[in-house]
Amino acid sequence: MQSKIVKIFASLLLIQLASCASLGVQPWERDLLAKDEMALDAEKLDLALDDHIYFSKEATSGGRAFAGGGCGCN
Amino acid sequence: MQLSHKPINISAVLATATCALLGVTAAQAEENTELWKFDTALMYYGETDRVTAVEGVIAATKDFGDEHIFSGKLTIDGLTGASATGAVAQPTAQTFTRPSGNGNYEIAAGETPLDDTFHDTRLQLNAQWTQPIAQDLRASGGLQFSNEYDYLSFALNGSLAYDLNQKNTTLSLGLSYALDTIKPEGGIPLALATVAFNPNPEQEDSTEFEDNYNSTRATDSDSKNTLDVMLGLTQVINRRLLMQFNYGLSTVDGYTNDPFKYLSVVDEQGLTQSLVYENRPDTRTRHSFYWQTKYAMDFGVADISYRFATDDWKIDSHTIDSRLRINLSDTTYIQPHFRYYQQAAAEFFQPFMQEGETLPEFASADYRLGEMTAYTLGLKYGMELDNGDELSFRLEYYQQSPKNAGFDEPGVLQDMELYPTVKAVIAQVSYRF
Repeated sequence: MQSKIVKIFASLLLIQLASCASLGVQPWERDLLAKDEMALDAEKLDLALDDHIYFSKEATSGGRAFAGGGCGCN
Repeated sequence: MQLSHKPINISAVLATATCALLGVTAAQAEENTELWKFDTALMYYGETDRVTAVEGVIAATKDFGDEHIFSGKLTIDGLTGASATGAVAQPTAQTFTRPSGNGNYEIAAGETPLDDTFHDTRLQLNAQWTQPIAQDLRASGGLQFSNEYDYLSFALNGSLAYDLNQKNTTLSLGLSYALDTIKPEGGIPLALATVAFNPNPEQEDSTEFEDNYNSTRATDSDSKNTLDVMLGLTQVINRRLLMQFNYGLSTVDGYTNDPFKYLSVVDEQGLTQSLVYENRPDTRTRHSFYWQTKYAMDFGVADISYRFATDDWKIDSHTIDSRLRINLSDTTYIQPHFRYYQQAAAEFFQPFMQEGETLPEFASADYRLGEMTAYTLGLKYGMELDNGDELSFRLEYYQQSPKNAGFDEPGVLQDMELYPTVKAVIAQVSYRF
């Protein structure tokens, strides 16, 4: 029974690893990902201005970027 | 293997050969001619009856070739208006002495006490350098300086990013250290000391008030250190989908109080008897878990993120942020924005104190540490101009709804609005060239 469970877990793990390996694209498939608006920090200034507002109005900061310091507004 | 029958591009081959002779790659030659890029924005933030802020930003980036990138940013903002002091509304008018001890202000019956002497100008400078240091490994280092009338902050950061799996996966590690110093006018108030009230502000040499005021002061200034560590994983899922996971640990050590915040001490009828300064723990450890995904569609981009944060002040928060870029044409787009935020109250948050009760070790009535939900609704319109520059406009509405985290309200406080909503408009113009 125990070996069966181990086998099931091992195959699940293998499936996971196999699916991990299949993630991603080839270099010539980056046409959409290479667009400016697909960058994680596209609109950097908007995000920084928003972070500053929410940093001074709410108790949580950071997550996307560093959380701390910089302003006497909180 | 299938053989290609495409004709050979002679000029490309010659260019490659020339570059090879000169010892540069074609990409590098192209990058070396890259000019400075500027990103500018002017933002207005206005709350109904409270704070108004105007913030201007100029950011500049230059790639010096081979992904050696410098970026700098100058931010200037001006704040005016009124800010909630933490004191509770009362059925009669209330008079308060300003935090600096200079003069009094009156708050009408039933109104939330706001200190209208809130104004400041802040200057912030950022500089960041990023470059590859080995195959698939990038390093970045930066400095930040921020100065306002009573606050000074200096921060430095460093990070490493490692690409693997054909650049489909990026692992990153970042560190940041900030040292903040606050020097409020009149000095740092003593924790939970009774706020001095000046009954005759017109009288210039009121030694009794001055003695009272000075007895509530600890030092002229105080400081805090913030150390942040961030671990990141970015993964390309497929041709359209990209994901990022971040774990952030942030520790704060030092003065975390807001020297301008009070708590009302009320009697059994809910009537204010005195005010005391707040006191927060002098350390705070925060953990944040952040997930972001971007999906490229035929007509635009969907950007969704979720953040869970928790800390040892017992403030747990959830944030959902989403933007949907819809391309109207090759050069124009609109982008609706929705954000929802929810936080639990800090364990030492209390909207007021009861007379006769033992003083707690820590207490704050700052609504920003209380239970709250908030949402933002916005719309952005952007257009690419004929010369390649980009102009965009953003208009948003932000509303905070503080909640009662289970506190009983004695007497007259039951008829008072103790958790007023805060409504704000955000308007922004950006220009990229």
